[in-house]
Amino acid sequence: MDILRIATAGSVDDGKSTLIGRLLYETQSITKDKIEALESASKRKGLDFLDLSLLTDGLIAEREQGITIDVAHIYFSTPNRKYIIADTPGHVEYTRNMVTGASTANVSLILIDARQGVVEQTARHLSIASLLRIPKVVVCINKMDLVQYSEARFNEIIESLKPLISNTQFEGQEISYLPISSLFGQNITKKSDQMNWYTGESLLNELEAYEFANQLSQAESRFQVQWVIRPKTEEFHDYRGYAGKIASGTFKVGDKIRVLPTGQESTISSIEKFQDKLEKADAGESVVISLATDVDISRGNTLVLANDLDAPQMKEFSAKICWLDQQALVPGKTYLLQHGVHLGKAKISQIESRLDVINQTVETDIQSLKLNEIGSISLRTAQPVMADAYEKNPANGSFILIDEFSNSTVGVGFLN
Amino acid sequence: MSNINDKIGQFPRRLEDESIYIMREVAAQFERPALLFSGGKDSITLVRLAQKAFYPGKIPFPLVHIDTGHNFPETIEFRDWLAKETGADLIVRYVQDSIDQGKAKEETGKYASRNVLQTVTLLDTIEEFKFDACIGGARRDEEKARAKERIFSVRDDFGQWDAKRQRPELFDMLNGRIAVGENVRVFPISNWTELDVWNYIKEEKMEIPSIYFAHKREVIERDGMLWADSEFLNKDAEEIPFETTVRFRTVGDMTCTAAVSSEAADLDTIIEEILAAEISERGARIDDKRSEAAMEKRKQQGYF
Ligand SMILES: Nc1nc2c(ncn2[C@@H]2O[C@H](COP(=O)(O)OP(=O)(O)O)[C@@H](O)[C@H]2O)c(=O)[nH]1
Repeated sequence: MDILRIATAGSVDDGKSTLIGRLLYETQSITKDKIEALESASKRKGLDFLDLSLLTDGLIAEREQGITIDVAHIYFSTPNRKYIIADTPGHVEYTRNMVTGASTANVSLILIDARQGVVEQTARHLSIASLLRIPKVVVCINKMDLVQYSEARFNEIIESLKPLISNTQFEGQEISYLPISSLFGQNITKKSDQMNWYTGESLLNELEAYEFANQLSQAESRFQVQWVIRPKTEEFHDYRGYAGKIASGTFKVGDKIRVLPTGQESTISSIEKFQDKLEKADAGESVVISLATDVDISRGNTLVLANDLDAPQMKEFSAKICWLDQQALVPGKTYLLQHGVHLGKAKISQIESRLDVINQTVETDIQSLKLNEIGSISLRTAQPVMADAYEKNPANGSFILIDEFSNSTVGVGFLN
Repeated sequence: MSNINDKIGQFPRRLEDESIYIMREVAAQFERPALLFSGGKDSITLVRLAQKAFYPGKIPFPLVHIDTGHNFPETIEFRDWLAKETGADLIVRYVQDSIDQGKAKEETGKYASRNVLQTVTLLDTIEEFKFDACIGGARRDEEKARAKERIFSVRDDFGQWDAKRQRPELFDMLNGRIAVGENVRVFPISNWTELDVWNYIKEEKMEIPSIYFAHKREVIERDGMLWADSEFLNKDAEEIPFETTVRFRTVGDMTCTAAVSSEAADLDTIIEEILAAEISERGARIDDKRSEAAMEKRKQQGYF
């Protein structure tokens, strides 16, 4: 059974919470006591229907403000798939959360209120989906009931999206458009009986049918060592295994490999997963790799195939970055750069530009990058970083910046 | 969904890979981690994952059990067996000691439980051993406040959690850097649902405490739920124990874990029952029912 990860985004009141609640409700993912709690909470609010949006409304602070302020994770499954929704808030000031929620997503689900049509937030969401190279975007035009389920209105909105999409869509990114009503369950898990003009699938069917072929397995092989296993017991006296999760590509027993940054070469003698001995392992698998010869390997080193002569090793590079911290990015300041599990010092040499995510324009001559801003920077690192261009290999192409003093995660970068 | 068996599906193997990755990050990023072991299926799953993450090496951190003194005897028996079986170090600290030292005060009344008192003993234990990371079995699907929990959740000196101070977690990169006095709660099975845990236990053929399976037991009925009769339960005169066949969906204290009427004697039947479930898992714990925001309040105070 595979896992499809979805990031949802929309402006406040577009109906995101209602949509998610509806998906859970119609896939029978809500237990009776939760439905009862929902009924009484809905009644307390003076509603005569089930307010499905309450299902995903979390923290106390939020309830006071009546808004969602962080990334919430919601789960449901069908016989076919497990779904994880990262629900991110729709405010302007929370780009940070949107990027966070979207970082693991296979699908970006964007909501538009049929009455309002395309708004600034829509541009922001499409832009982030593009920055993160999310391979599939589903645009849901919600509250169709409030526009009399009008086909003309639906087409009008899609038409007005075109200039935006032509800027943000990258090669290979699939985009689909669905007219829905979350409140009345139209086109959510079953085809709408109000919009015969719509020939596409319901939202759930669209998600069920989405084939996210393991793109990562096809990328260059990368394996970062997390932990060296040396049991030093009688039975495993000379055992030395390198534990880690394969970031991308495939490793097989017998493969000749090279260790970065040291450049030593060896051959894979075994790949293990607990007591199972494997012939090969793919992107995403946590395994233990042993080598035929003694080499000096420590945490953060990367194994690549020996014939992969272009495998990267850089101390100077440029990247796009989304700033996540209250304290602005300061050029010249030293941060810790974490690429996968590899940690080292980095200095931002320069901020080259800032991206206006709404208008898709680039501003240069920038002194700092503030919370929620996206820009291009160049960096220098103390030790080589074994990262690929994000476009080519997303699993090995991102990093985070950590403030040495506050220990906060202050930025996320995508290698150019 | 017409056929329940359709819905059971399988365990998504990717979840295991991700959790093992987290276990290894804990061992690598912290100096003195510990695995908080409650005896329940979630923490048993954690032990299994830790075992797999470091095999053929030993689990490089101890299992820590905060014993309330109100545990089911079956849980304690199982705990000792599991520690022996995996060769892991086991540290046990007692709520009774905190009470005797005057650090915690026993609750009184019908709903008295030691669930809240655990926090005191836990924080003392963290201080005693200077644990900088505590691995717990919480899942985001359990409760609304937990839906936003991080995998690495930073706590201050007092074990407190602050929604606004939590770090963003991007891709699979985990930032475990902390200041002196701070520690981190780690939740490797954040993304698992209750069904995932059960399917995993089944596919891995794991042992679990016997109280998860249907058995005959003396119970009382209270608030429409069944409670195991024990010396720790404060009963009213009209709460008369009777024998029936039950199982437990979650393993907590005898005072605050309700049983469900069930004939499910094996994992397959348990999983079927869960799917047909009338009540969500946390609903079977009385302490959460006291208030909708109870979980979040407790988390702010340093609970797992
Ligand atoms: N008429 C109608 N109202 C909707 C629909 N979806 C959501 N709403 C309402 O719009 C309001 C905002 O919805 P909510 O789900 O809380 O929005 P969120 O802020 O995006 O999570 C609520 O009053 C909903 O009942 C829909 O499809 N049709």
